[in-house]
Amino acid sequence: MKNRFRHLIAALALLVPVAGFANTAPALEKAPIDIRDVESLQRGAHTFTNYCLSCHSASFMRFNRLQDLSLTEAQIKENLMFTTDKIGDTMNAAMSSKDAAQWFGAAPPDLTIIARSRGADYLYAYMRGFYRDETRPTGWNNTVFDKAGMPHILWEWQGEQRMQVVKDKNGHEEHKLVLTKPGTMTKIVDGKADTADYDRRAADLVNYMVYMAEPVQTKRHQIGAMVILFLSLVLLPLAYFLKKEYWKDVH
Amino acid sequence: MSKQQAILDWVDARFPLTSTWKAHVSEYYAPKNFNFWYFFGSLAMMVLVIQILTGIFLTMNYKPDGNLNSAGVPAAFASVEYIMRDVAGGWLIRYMHSTGASMFFVVVYLHMFRGLIYGSYKKPRELIWVFGVLIFLCLMAEAFMGYLLPWGQMSFWGAQVIVNLFGSIPVIGPDLSVWIRGDYVVSDATLNRFFALHVIAVPLVLVGLVVAHLVALHEVGSNNPDGVEIKKLKGEDGHPLDGIPFHPYYTVKDVLGVTVFLIVFSAILFFMPEMGGYFLEHPNFDQADPMKTPLHIAPVWYFTPFYAILRAIPSFLGTQVWGVLGMGGAVVVLAFLPWLDKSPVKSIRYRSTKFKVMLTLFMIAFIGLGILGAMPSTDARTIIAQLFSLIYFGFFLGMPFFTKNDVGSEPVPTRVTDTNGKRQLMFVILWVVAIGGATAFAKLV
Repeated sequence: MKNRFRHLIAALALLVPVAGFANTAPALEKAPIDIRDVESLQRGAHTFTNYCLSCHSASFMRFNRLQDLSLTEAQIKENLMFTTDKIGDTMNAAMSSKDAAQWFGAAPPDLTIIARSRGADYLYAYMRGFYRDETRPTGWNNTVFDKAGMPHILWEWQGEQRMQVVKDKNGHEEHKLVLTKPGTMTKIVDGKADTADYDRRAADLVNYMVYMAEPVQTKRHQIGAMVILFLSLVLLPLAYFLKKEYWKDVH
Repeated sequence: MSKQQAILDWVDARFPLTSTWKAHVSEYYAPKNFNFWYFFGSLAMMVLVIQILTGIFLTMNYKPDGNLNSAGVPAAFASVEYIMRDVAGGWLIRYMHSTGASMFFVVVYLHMFRGLIYGSYKKPRELIWVFGVLIFLCLMAEAFMGYLLPWGQMSFWGAQVIVNLFGSIPVIGPDLSVWIRGDYVVSDATLNRFFALHVIAVPLVLVGLVVAHLVALHEVGSNNPDGVEIKKLKGEDGHPLDGIPFHPYYTVKDVLGVTVFLIVFSAILFFMPEMGGYFLEHPNFDQADPMKTPLHIAPVWYFTPFYAILRAIPSFLGTQVWGVLGMGGAVVVLAFLPWLDKSPVKSIRYRSTKFKVMLTLFMIAFIGLGILGAMPSTDARTIIAQLFSLIYFGFFLGMPFFTKNDVGSEPVPTRVTDTNGKRQLMFVILWVVAIGGATAFAKLV
């Protein structure tokens, strides 16, 4: 038995280098989000409804669903609802998609489940990847979505970034985003822009969008834990001993 | 006579209730040496039931409508999100159905592999195997048409690619693909007919074939890991010496198998329903857009081996039909297995090393094709896929030759034997080699 186990370990060890090579996709920085952090989700919802909802819809998401985030209906109505006064309505853009298509070249996509198609890391990189580009009609470009039709809506918070060529100590040139001008709302600490403050804001927004893409996910994990505990601690032993009892006379 | 017995007698005089129960369950004698591999038949049945039950409830809220609603979203796509958010328990039903679809293929592939290693398709079980291949074909059609229904980008473009394949058939091709779609592109008309076929036509055929599969099985009796015919040796009571009644022995054993399966199933369903983009593909959370072709169109994982064969075969004589024929042939060739295998023994336990080597190569090729089919193709990958396709077909077409004197070192026993550790280790090594080998080949290029 022990010997057999040793063989298995040896065989699995041979697989390790294979698994290591398998990952070839370009890596985006991991979005620092936590779907259970209700305060972060509330801040994200605030940014989303105050900024994103001006142009984008989230047409599968109802305002009253935000009660998931420990908010009351009154709080939602007062702070987060601008396009409707019915709490059961879905989140629709303030701007008509027809107008938007004319103004920006393409209608802004519905954002309800965008986190499920693009992933949190992409959205986090996108929200931090805007930079000044005078060749674009909006004056903005984006590192992860070249020639994006969307201008930098949160520029007041982040400020203006520019793409600059930076030489590292070995003389290698590298294209890098550099904050050239703080925004009017950028947090200033000791005379310097606190970029981490904007990163947190972007992370909260992404966190909210991940929640919105599947509002049931926290509950799903809770129910799943109960189901698996029942199956493995109750049903599995029962089934095992029942089988053993019946099979004891089979030789 | 008790009241219960009286009722039963009344029914039995009019309907073969007791005799059917006895013939198929309580006095159906199955070999006592079934191992791990024998769980997957009953599991496939259970997944079928899960799919039908959850499917019924999904149908109550799903709308097969490709037209845009007032928010600019196709009604079908919106109705899936409606199920996920506004229908009570809708997310659970939907995830059971989507997880069930992939798990159906997991258990069916393992069930087919069991047939392959223990020679369960050999005489007198040829028809069981042929019905099984037809079930597999139905399942592929069912999965393909069901995948269009969420009306996401991969639904739309996957269907577009596959239906266009029919267009490559000489003479009738273009008309045939229009006839299948009901339009010049995949559209609302296609969605409606795929919905009808997915919820009524194919499931009816599928259930009918499953009944035929089981009736044929119970007519000849189950094979077993030793490939011994247990009916040859019967005791004084007329029952096989190595047989035990299906009920209660295998019913309680299958309950154990079902429980373990449900733990795995629930872990996926509740904690990773997308399964890293393999069970639910990320691009399918974008609504179908006929004006925007995705850069990389990948089928769901269970079709990837066949998709890789399709892409590997080049077009020549001015037509692309060869790839389509290769893909179709890869499934159809399975049905001929009972007649391609000339070996005097059934089980891998008593087969020659030659066969074991060929089987290992086949597994590497099949898994490797599956990995390649999920990736964008490059020149190097195409060459590897061509090599694997050759091995795939070589395994079947070469079988009459390499199974001619296919006898291992151990003779086939007259009675069934216990599982032993050495064989189990061999299987673990076989799978590690197959998966490791396939991954290495497919991913390093």
